[in-house]
Amino acid sequence: MGTSFFTPLSWSDSGFILTGVLNTVTISLVAILVGTLLGLAVGFFRAEANKFTNTLLGAVLDILRSVPLIIQLILFSTYIGAVGHPLDPFVTGSIVLSLYTMAFMSEVFRGGFESVHQSMVTAARSLGMSYWQTVAHIRLPIGLRAVFPSWLGVALSVIKDSALVSVIGYMELLRTSEQLISRTQQPLEILIGVGLFYFIVSYPLSLYGKYVERKMAI
Amino acid sequence: MEYEFHWNIVFQKLPQLLNGAFVTLHVSVLSMLIGIAIAVLLAIAKMSDARIFSLPATVWVEIARNTPALFQIYMAYFGLGAFGIHLSPYAAVLSALVFVNAGYLTETFRGGFQSIPKTQYSASKSLGMSSTQLYRYIILPQMFRRIYHPMTNQFVWSILMSSLGILVGMNELSGETQRLQSLSFRTLEFFIVAAVMYFLITKFVLFSAALISQKVFKGEL
Repeated sequence: MGTSFFTPLSWSDSGFILTGVLNTVTISLVAILVGTLLGLAVGFFRAEANKFTNTLLGAVLDILRSVPLIIQLILFSTYIGAVGHPLDPFVTGSIVLSLYTMAFMSEVFRGGFESVHQSMVTAARSLGMSYWQTVAHIRLPIGLRAVFPSWLGVALSVIKDSALVSVIGYMELLRTSEQLISRTQQPLEILIGVGLFYFIVSYPLSLYGKYVERKMAI
Repeated sequence: MEYEFHWNIVFQKLPQLLNGAFVTLHVSVLSMLIGIAIAVLLAIAKMSDARIFSLPATVWVEIARNTPALFQIYMAYFGLGAFGIHLSPYAAVLSALVFVNAGYLTETFRGGFQSIPKTQYSASKSLGMSSTQLYRYIILPQMFRRIYHPMTNQFVWSILMSSLGILVGMNELSGETQRLQSLSFRTLEFFIVAAVMYFLITKFVLFSAALISQKVFKGEL
């Protein structure tokens, strides 16, 4: 053993950081994928449902959007622990983050579906399309295209919010860096590296989103 | 297995929780006020033709928008130590929230300013308005209308994100809940009450914002 408890950053730490990077990427992709699919279903349902169901469902989704994500993570992981079914932090984090994503995605998709003019749907029906044909060939393609920039915005915020899953013990990037900081006592170098990673992922995508938005505006 | 809830201990600690909620409101209101002031300056700088003004503003905005809030808080709390700056948990969370709020609001303000057609400037001049009158009666009222909703959302975001104070030991609602539950181990009960409090705070803010907008804008939003 060395003379000091603190050892400086070395190349052998890169594997540890890489695990954190991969875990951040994995849980973000899972949450974006599951959240998008669930959000699509819920958003479509809300665009179709009657006012009563809509208000009820809206209230539930509203809770997911009005309680801090970190509290949701703590509550869910404590709850499943207390009832005797503790889950892996990755599974717990994925469930909570996916549901949180779904709450935002459903609003995005609902807006998309409602932006498709009723006259277009009526026209498609009068051409002999079935209900599901109008969904598959008219409402989905047109509605989804309109909300692509907003979808990207939510996806980007999910990548950033995935950092909070560290609170329930998932070894994502920020948590691995925190552990490295407590060993090396070199917070600035490590944090700048972490910040750069998020920036390099997020910035080009946000530029692309702005580009698409500008193209669609005309 | 069933979980048995015990609420008594939580209600005994309600004053402390309310105190935490007050700190939450305190830090988010302050982060908005300072954030707005900086955002006005950044928006002006970003619209400038001189790159020495616009470039730093752009860098600020893009870093704030493209990195996690938790990263900003760690940066303020641990990272600044490398420069000999040691912030308290409150100051670290406040400065991180100010940094992000200023970044997002800059784009909001710039968008609000640029959304007003340039023809209105010449029109008001041809009507003989002074530039004070132009801004007081034409530009600012319209701008305020357009930035009002994004600003409300940013405020709600600040309230929710101040909960990250729990990770640096701050005494806002989440941190206080964490501290209190560790004394009794009624984790679920304490965090359920905290969740309800956050929900009520955000609803109250959104409701008041809607009320104010009805009074001020008289429905012409």
